Amino acid sequence: MTFAAGGGSVGRRDAWYHKPDVRRLGASLGVGLVLALVTGKDGRSGHFGSGIAAALGGVRVPSFLAVGLALWGVATGINRYGDEMRRALAPATAARKRVTGNATFRTTSLLVMLVVAIGIPPMLSSFWQGVLVEQVGIFMLLAVGLNVVVGWAGLLDLGYIAFYAIGAYTTAYFTGTLPVQPPIVLNPFLCFPLAVLACLLAGVLLGAPTLRLRGDYLAIVTLGFGEIVRIVANNSDGITNGSRGATNIPHFSIHLLGINYDWTLNSLPYWYLIMVVLAVVVLLFFRLEHSRIGRAWAAVREDEVAAQASGVATVKIKLLAFAIGASTSGLAGVIYASKIGFISPDNFLLILSISVLAYVVFGGMGSLFGVMVGAALLTWLPQFLRDYVPATDRNLYIGAILVLMMIFRPAGLLPARRRRTELSLHDIPEAETVAVPAPGSMGGSI
Amino acid sequence: MARSAPTAAARVADPIFDVAGVTLRFGGVTSLADVTLQMGRGEILAIIGPNGAGKTSLFNCLTGVYRPQTGSITFRATRTELPVTLLGRKTHQINHLGIARTFQNIRLFPALTVLENVKVGLEARHGVGPISAMLGLPNARHAERESTRRGIELLRFVGLADQANTIASALSYGAQRRLEIARALGTGPAVLLLDEPAAGTNPVEKRELADLIRQINRDLRVSVLLIEHDMRLVMSVATRVIVLNFGQLIAAGTPEQIQRNPAVIEAYLGTGGQAEDGRNPGTDAGGGGGWR
Ligand SMILES: Nc1ncnc2c1ncn2[C@@H]1O[C@H](COP(=O)(O)OP(=O)(O)O)[C@@H](O)[C@H]1O
Ligand SMILES: [Mg+2]
Repeated sequence: MTFAAGGGSVGRRDAWYHKPDVRRLGASLGVGLVLALVTGKDGRSGHFGSGIAAALGGVRVPSFLAVGLALWGVATGINRYGDEMRRALAPATAARKRVTGNATFRTTSLLVMLVVAIGIPPMLSSFWQGVLVEQVGIFMLLAVGLNVVVGWAGLLDLGYIAFYAIGAYTTAYFTGTLPVQPPIVLNPFLCFPLAVLACLLAGVLLGAPTLRLRGDYLAIVTLGFGEIVRIVANNSDGITNGSRGATNIPHFSIHLLGINYDWTLNSLPYWYLIMVVLAVVVLLFFRLEHSRIGRAWAAVREDEVAAQASGVATVKIKLLAFAIGASTSGLAGVIYASKIGFISPDNFLLILSISVLAYVVFGGMGSLFGVMVGAALLTWLPQFLRDYVPATDRNLYIGAILVLMMIFRPAGLLPARRRRTELSLHDIPEAETVAVPAPGSMGGSI
Repeated sequence: MARSAPTAAARVADPIFDVAGVTLRFGGVTSLADVTLQMGRGEILAIIGPNGAGKTSLFNCLTGVYRPQTGSITFRATRTELPVTLLGRKTHQINHLGIARTFQNIRLFPALTVLENVKVGLEARHGVGPISAMLGLPNARHAERESTRRGIELLRFVGLADQANTIASALSYGAQRRLEIARALGTGPAVLLLDEPAAGTNPVEKRELADLIRQINRDLRVSVLLIEHDMRLVMSVATRVIVLNFGQLIAAGTPEQIQRNPAVIEAYLGTGGQAEDGRNPGTDAGGGGGWR
């Protein structure tokens, strides 16, 4: 969607239309224009061009363009005068840092979040409680897992939802709801470790031969894997019950040490369950990020050759990221299967892999907190828009938001510290030296 | 091909590297032509030669980045160990054997802090697994503290301790080169391969670098294999010099011998090169084949 960016790149890098501000203005007006034409009553009408015809007269186009212009103005202003503003605000920032950097503040804000997460949901309608569990919660968990693969290790995985499917089908199998019967029927709680195991295994099986591939190749292979898993589930009638899927997957229940509790169709208890799982996962991942392993991931992502030369076993460390991401996805699959009680291959379409990736990129690749906020916002938004825009337009608005985010804040909503330096709004000058990789070599001028 | 320098293959008493008959080709280009050389333990051995002579290619063969078509390369980490062949090993395995390197065009982890860069090198051989790291088990915490301590120590050694928490990409050019050396030293090498460490640094930094290289050799007891174009630096730190030209080893000897060697003089004067420092490197363009 870089309208002004195309053409004439020969030698005229300093031409006015190559200026980043101008390009961003063009892109943002372009998004506004397209949105004005394709949404709304006329944009939807079956006749091609009716959107354009209607737009010529109405206020739609000017108002959408105005919004685009305003957005650009604000972002450019911040970009241009941001440094000065920051300098002017330095004393305030320092004071704020003293407060935010302080341990009691952090504990307090964590407590506040906890109170919100516990206290607010009971006040919501059952519809919104359902959204919280089936959309917000599940996808936050998925995003946190994919963040390990994409954000930290820098591997593009487009088949991530396959592991979610494996987690869900593992649950279906061990709760005895598939045509094939398990050796023993288990409570969904006991499916957690089994799903993690199954996903670890699947992750390693997929990763071991493919993680030697770079970038785009890996993306294609994982994309294929995701589809294969879904299609196998769809076609293996005797094992997975084919397109009819598994039904009556039981809810979670605890019968331990005198505590007896059964989860039901009610969403609220599931919300608390997800929050507990998410909290544990986030705590473990936070430690991981700041450990030897997190640093090795960053090293591999930033410069694979240098990482190898520094002794990092790159294939192994990538495989680890893959396996950890996969098992997180599996956890989400268990919860989903048990909550809904019914799964079929249609729950695991490619679009979900892409959505989770979008949440991660939107929230800020590599930032644990960022990807959770990203997933929460982008799963909440379509439900929120439900009351305000027609169903057919919803994804267009969300697409526009994603595009604008990438134009103005390429590192995401709440960028990771380590990523912020890689992608910033200030355009990075192009590298001078261009090396031709040798066949079979690692590439780059070494 | 005529071996113009019989001294080139001179045997050394306790070789750390033993390179024999290594030939590396890229399509029609022969980067290394039947190169035979030995590097002694404790040496500061300099490799000089015009651009495109094959110096970096030799480093890449020694570190498993390239695999030569013919020849053998063996390495002996300590006097008491048996020589092991390096061919067919992966780069990180070679690093674990005790070979560390820097790159001609600096390759740091730019988004990590200075300290984190060094820690990556320090920790590559740790046994701390993901489970211990996630659970914050005592061994993981201990390893973390230890690598921070060692990291700061190494940064102090190269003079970067006060910038430990700076993002690596924000460092000056000379500081980035020193950080690369610290990261390499963190892997605990027996031999350090430096690829044009003085390129892009100013005269003061060059003098500091010479001191640093001597300290690495003398105090840390690390053998140093040094590619460098700055002749003043080479002559002041190297115990021995070998010369490559068009992928062939044309001379080897002490700095004094090399300066008087007719084949070397011809290789350089023939291309109209100049041997002085103070040029602005980092640009591969220009300088028609002379010293950079
Ligand atoms: N990956 C590669 N692919 C093709 N040719 C290469 C590659 N690496 C090195 N060469 C060639 O090998 C020769 C030696 O290069 P190099 O080892 O970088 O020289 P030096 O470091 O001495 O300047 C050059 O002609 C270069 O073009
Ligand atoms: Mg070179």
